[in-house]
Amino acid sequence: MNWTLALPEITLALCGLAILVGGVLPKRDTSFAVSIATLGALLLAAALVLVQKEGTAFGGQYIADSFSSFMKVLCLLGAAMGLVLSMDFFQKQGLSRFEFPVLLLFATVGMMVMISANDLMSLYMGLELLSLPLYVIAAIDRDNSRAAEAGLKYFVLGALASGLLLYGASLVYGFAGTTNFDRLADALSAQQGVSAGVVVGIVFIIAALSFKISAVPFHMWTPDVYEGAPTPVTAFFASAPKIAAVALLVRVLAGPFGETVAQWQQVIVLASLGSMVLGALAAIGQRNIKRLMAYSSIGHIGFALMGLAVGGESGLRGVLLYMAIYLFMNMGAFAVLISMRRDGQAVEGVDDLAGLGRTDPAMALAMAVFMFSMAGVPPLAGFFSKLYVLLPAIEKGFWVLALVGVLSSVVSAYYYLRIIKVMYFDPALPGFDARPVGLSVVLAGTGLFTTFFFLFPAPLLAAARHAVASILG
Amino acid sequence: MNAAGYPLLSLLTFLPLVGAFIIMMVRGDDETIAANARWTALWTSLIVFALSLVLWFQFDTSIAGFQFQESRAWLPDFGIGYHLGVDGISVLFVLLSTLLTPICILASWESVQSRVREYMIAFLVLETMMIGMFVSLDFMLFYIFFEGVLIPMFLIIGVWGGARRVYAAYKFFLYTFAGSVLMLLAIIALWHSAGTTDIPELLTKRIASAWQPWIFFAFFASFAVKVPMWPVHTWLPDAHVEAPTAGSVILAGVLLKMGGYGFLRFSLPMLPEASAQFAPFIFALSVIAVIYTSLVALAQTDMKKLIAYSSVAHMGIVTIGIFTANVQGIEGALFQMLSHGVVSGALFLCVGVLYDREHTREIARYGGVAKIIPAYALVFMLFTMASVALPGTAGFPGEFLVIMGAFAVSPWVALGAATGMILGAAYMLLLYRRVAFGQITRESLRGLADLSPREHAIFAPLIVLTLWMGLYPSSFTQFFTASVAQIVTQHQAALGVARLAGIAP
Repeated sequence: MNWTLALPEITLALCGLAILVGGVLPKRDTSFAVSIATLGALLLAAALVLVQKEGTAFGGQYIADSFSSFMKVLCLLGAAMGLVLSMDFFQKQGLSRFEFPVLLLFATVGMMVMISANDLMSLYMGLELLSLPLYVIAAIDRDNSRAAEAGLKYFVLGALASGLLLYGASLVYGFAGTTNFDRLADALSAQQGVSAGVVVGIVFIIAALSFKISAVPFHMWTPDVYEGAPTPVTAFFASAPKIAAVALLVRVLAGPFGETVAQWQQVIVLASLGSMVLGALAAIGQRNIKRLMAYSSIGHIGFALMGLAVGGESGLRGVLLYMAIYLFMNMGAFAVLISMRRDGQAVEGVDDLAGLGRTDPAMALAMAVFMFSMAGVPPLAGFFSKLYVLLPAIEKGFWVLALVGVLSSVVSAYYYLRIIKVMYFDPALPGFDARPVGLSVVLAGTGLFTTFFFLFPAPLLAAARHAVASILG
Repeated sequence: MNAAGYPLLSLLTFLPLVGAFIIMMVRGDDETIAANARWTALWTSLIVFALSLVLWFQFDTSIAGFQFQESRAWLPDFGIGYHLGVDGISVLFVLLSTLLTPICILASWESVQSRVREYMIAFLVLETMMIGMFVSLDFMLFYIFFEGVLIPMFLIIGVWGGARRVYAAYKFFLYTFAGSVLMLLAIIALWHSAGTTDIPELLTKRIASAWQPWIFFAFFASFAVKVPMWPVHTWLPDAHVEAPTAGSVILAGVLLKMGGYGFLRFSLPMLPEASAQFAPFIFALSVIAVIYTSLVALAQTDMKKLIAYSSVAHMGIVTIGIFTANVQGIEGALFQMLSHGVVSGALFLCVGVLYDREHTREIARYGGVAKIIPAYALVFMLFTMASVALPGTAGFPGEFLVIMGAFAVSPWVALGAATGMILGAAYMLLLYRRVAFGQITRESLRGLADLSPREHAIFAPLIVLTLWMGLYPSSFTQFFTASVAQIVTQHQAALGVARLAGIAP
């Protein structure tokens, strides 16, 4: 059996076990060393992903192709950035426990398994391996009642979603007779019509995954969890697991259920419309910047789903590019949120950014770039991410989606502008505490990417096209 | 390569960014940074202007097509290229932008004291966006520059503006953004149907008649807000009143022209049938704009607001001219846009001169200014006369040509435009009389200082241009005669084809 194909996951899991042991045994605080080791493990895994061969392993349960490589690299990047953002924050909050990096690492293994899943069983395994550490991470600030609430809420709703997924998977298995994606694809295309049981199963699976990516109407947990969890945890939640879940959704819907597109397309269209509209409207009234980012992320997922709803080569490529660009914008914006500390206390109000343009021009400039980019103003990267999904939507005649998309981006521009307004137009508050080096590095990297993406879009475009080609066959 | 032998248009477009980068790198205390930022910005913009004069001298006026073209692959996957070029329609707008930018920087020399570095960076970025927009020959590139303008302008109004600056900045951004995203959809639709975003290529393709009204409306949403046409003009008075002087100058001088330029570059030639079909609609809106906003201007007590409303009226004349689709109308519209760019910019500068000294724009707070500062009063009078289109000044040839062109289409439209001219004379003369003549209303006005050498330097080129454009308009019209003739012929031909097919009326 060709188990070496899964070398990145295996390596990462073994590293996780080793780091866990290394973290437990010494009597002193090992969180810094553990974080660095985890960072190293993540980068090692990314390197292994890049040299990974293509093929299937473990009896068809596991697949490695350029789609999985693309998404895994994004997830690993997201996890690594999340870890960098968290290191200093947890120390200052008195939360530095070595468990966090380890849990983050195992969650990342779960994501990678999910992305490489070629069977409903391994899909579920990966999803659970991802979810369980996330529940714990959400409540890692266990003495804080809001964090505990966030963790509990996430757990209860997450468990419900897992149940939905299992139920959907069992229905699909019962009516199609297999859980393997390749054989599912054969089974569904061979039949004259798709049986109602399979359709119900697909809808359940979509519902469960919609929960993970917080698409409307399964978004309810998002604002509370985003607000309650410590900010670096929120940053991590908003990036890597979402990318993994979107990857899974793309693989499942474009792969085994690709033939039944007529059955699920409408569901995704509705989820996309709902997410875009809700993301635009609900964020307007938010005073807490983390809640605002939660609604903003719902809106962005709506845009990404537009690409999936449209489907086809260009639509899926749009999804991939959207998630890649979103990862950078979002991580950058969260780097700013994490550096919002005044007199040793983390602050989370939109108004706490007042006058940042005077007290910290570099960070304000970066934040302005991220906000304009999220609003979709050219020439920043966010504009191109929207362009790449609008283009296929119009090509295939999804006018309503495209129109609602651009109008909701106008509405959401209002609250993105509010952040810029607070930073530049309002009288200055006392400056924030000094920013650790790690944050500055993330901020500079993501800021430069967002600003100058338009100069060198070709490599990312080529990678995305390659990735899409591999799942469409 | 192009006629210049080097990438002239790219240089023009991106040189201001180099200046902005240098300013960003300046280190030192606030005083040093401010001084360095001012001088660097001024020199950068002057160099850009000097470079743009190459266009003036080397532009071949006998060619209707695009010149100084540069093209490079950018997003070959999507059929989007980096393609620059100018023709008779855009070349003078490039010059207008490069001329007004140093003037604006000089005008902000003393009036902007806080965050000078950021201000100058914003202005140079704005210059890049403006020039880039006029020289883009790729629709997506055009859109990027067109939208990119919003970022620096939002900040200029919001950071350095007046009391209600936040409201004005938001209104400006959201109005324009809402219009533009609809245009984005139309651009994507065009792109999909034609398979390219290259403007010269798109200009040769015929767009299906069923699509034309939709695309026309999407373009209209964007350009009408930018022009601005009644009833979506309400962002303009707010933005003008709250923006700093230089912001108003650039807004009136160049940004409004983007709308007119868009109509002329895209709507009219690409969508001939829809343009013919909707011309009466545009005429109606324009005539309402001309008359209604002129009346509104009569009632203003704030100088800047009055001039802002007069801008809406003047731009109404421009949209009438464009959609007459005959040679006089279009040439008049182009000329009117250029002269309005110079004259209304100069008028805002005139207001700025008073505002810098007295810190009020209330008309009632002034009176008898001519007795105290005669040189200023003379300058102000010249631009007032140009604004009311006195023959011999820049305002006249444009309005005259538009009315001639409109008469050929419909005497009623011409009548509406002419009424606007009369009302324009009323409110501008009223403004001038109340500010410059009469009794000196307040003793504190006696201390007003006349124009400083810096202000002389600001006004001198504008005065020369105003008289030059009025007395010898053909040195400007020669640039666009060939291109306009081509647009009109192609428009007629396209309509002829449609008529034969029984589609158009």
